[in-house]
Amino acid sequence: MVGIINYGSGNVHAIANLHNRANIPYVISDSPDDLSQADRFILPGVGAYDETMKMIRSKGLFDFLNDEIQMKKKLIVGVCVGMQILGNKSEEGMETGFGWIKGTVRKFETKNLKYKPYLPHLGWNNLFENRQSQLFQDIDLDQGFYFLHSYYFDCDSKEDVIAYTDYGEKFACIINYENVYGVQFHPEKSHSNGIKLFQNFATLPTLKI
Amino acid sequence: MLRPRIIPCLLIHNKGLVKTMKFNQNKYVGDPINAVRIFNEKEVDELIVLDIDATVEGRGPNFEIIKNLAIECRMPLCYGGGVSSVSDAIKIINLGAEKVALSSAVIENPKLVSDIAKAVGSQSVVVVLDVKKKLFGGYEIYTKNGKKATGKDPITLTKQYEILGAGEIVINSIDNDGVMKGYDLTLCKKIREATTLPLTFLGGAGKLEDLKDLIQSFNVIGAAAGSLFVFKGVYNAVLINYPTREDKNRLYKYE
Repeated sequence: MVGIINYGSGNVHAIANLHNRANIPYVISDSPDDLSQADRFILPGVGAYDETMKMIRSKGLFDFLNDEIQMKKKLIVGVCVGMQILGNKSEEGMETGFGWIKGTVRKFETKNLKYKPYLPHLGWNNLFENRQSQLFQDIDLDQGFYFLHSYYFDCDSKEDVIAYTDYGEKFACIINYENVYGVQFHPEKSHSNGIKLFQNFATLPTLKI
Repeated sequence: MLRPRIIPCLLIHNKGLVKTMKFNQNKYVGDPINAVRIFNEKEVDELIVLDIDATVEGRGPNFEIIKNLAIECRMPLCYGGGVSSVSDAIKIINLGAEKVALSSAVIENPKLVSDIAKAVGSQSVVVVLDVKKKLFGGYEIYTKNGKKATGKDPITLTKQYEILGAGEIVINSIDNDGVMKGYDLTLCKKIREATTLPLTFLGGAGKLEDLKDLIQSFNVIGAAAGSLFVFKGVYNAVLINYPTREDKNRLYKYE
């Protein structure tokens, strides 16, 4: 079962609605008791980095998630800012992230862009595969996904990048290390590709401890 | 490659959807949730929904409608109408809209843009300017559904909003609203030169070629329309429609 983490940020209800549509069992909650039934989690996020981390801590979810992800090795996918907080730190704020995937969140350099607009990176963009992953199966790369962000996840290791997108320079839009996944775009607002991605996540094999 | 966005803009009046002509002559075109469902099926790039009653009636946003729209929307949603505080904006983003559109409140008090940007992030802050040609050249911003002239210049304010931390500017041409004879490309050019932010233009699109003209002039741009996506045929019968992937291929290079 998928646990949608409802800590007060992001499109949790749109994500839940897509799971209804695709007949994927889920629980949506901010309480560790409810969420602990799940074997995988979706960590949404819209807004600023520090605010997001503060909300997670204030709901008592920081220690809970660390235990579920690092000790029990349950799966998790972070969405947008939910992906950015999987890393160590961000140029956008002072808070430290979960640090499950090594990397720093940086602001885009706009000097490589040929024409306006510059930031935010806003709209539909296509993807390039870096390495195979089941999360990525049957996704229409040309159609791509909907993006809305000015910061991107700069992975310490290129091995952790499943797919790139080009915005003046190549940046990681899907990342993965062991049981932890992150997507920079909004699958919940990306029509059939988004539904497919959530279906893929729901059927990923869990890691053996 | 980042693609241009083709965006239906829906206007809410008395809880139903309407289409206006030069900001007047409201014509009822259907139920908002039903329209969202049809646009889902058509895999729309993005959707703008504006409550045109809120500011005029002096009330805040209708959070119940926003919640229902955001749950139903499988495409990105920008919501506007009556947003006048940081807490309104936070609430709208937490209900599941990607972007919150600000207008009258930030025309009166531009600093509100930076307060809201700090709370929800610049990427979610959209400023919508209703713009009308002046009698002797230049443009002027109007509020209250085109009824109140503000004496303010859209180019000057666009520059100011970028500095204050807006994430996108939507320019709505009052003169071209519902006329379906093409965008005011002169106005678009002036605004494009004034800012590096993502821009969306609304007002005047009557056929796909009008979107093409805008996209060819400005590359990555938001091409928004009301009438074009809700009316069909010579008698303007109400029929929700949207370009297919093949149609879009004719408007820009689809990668």
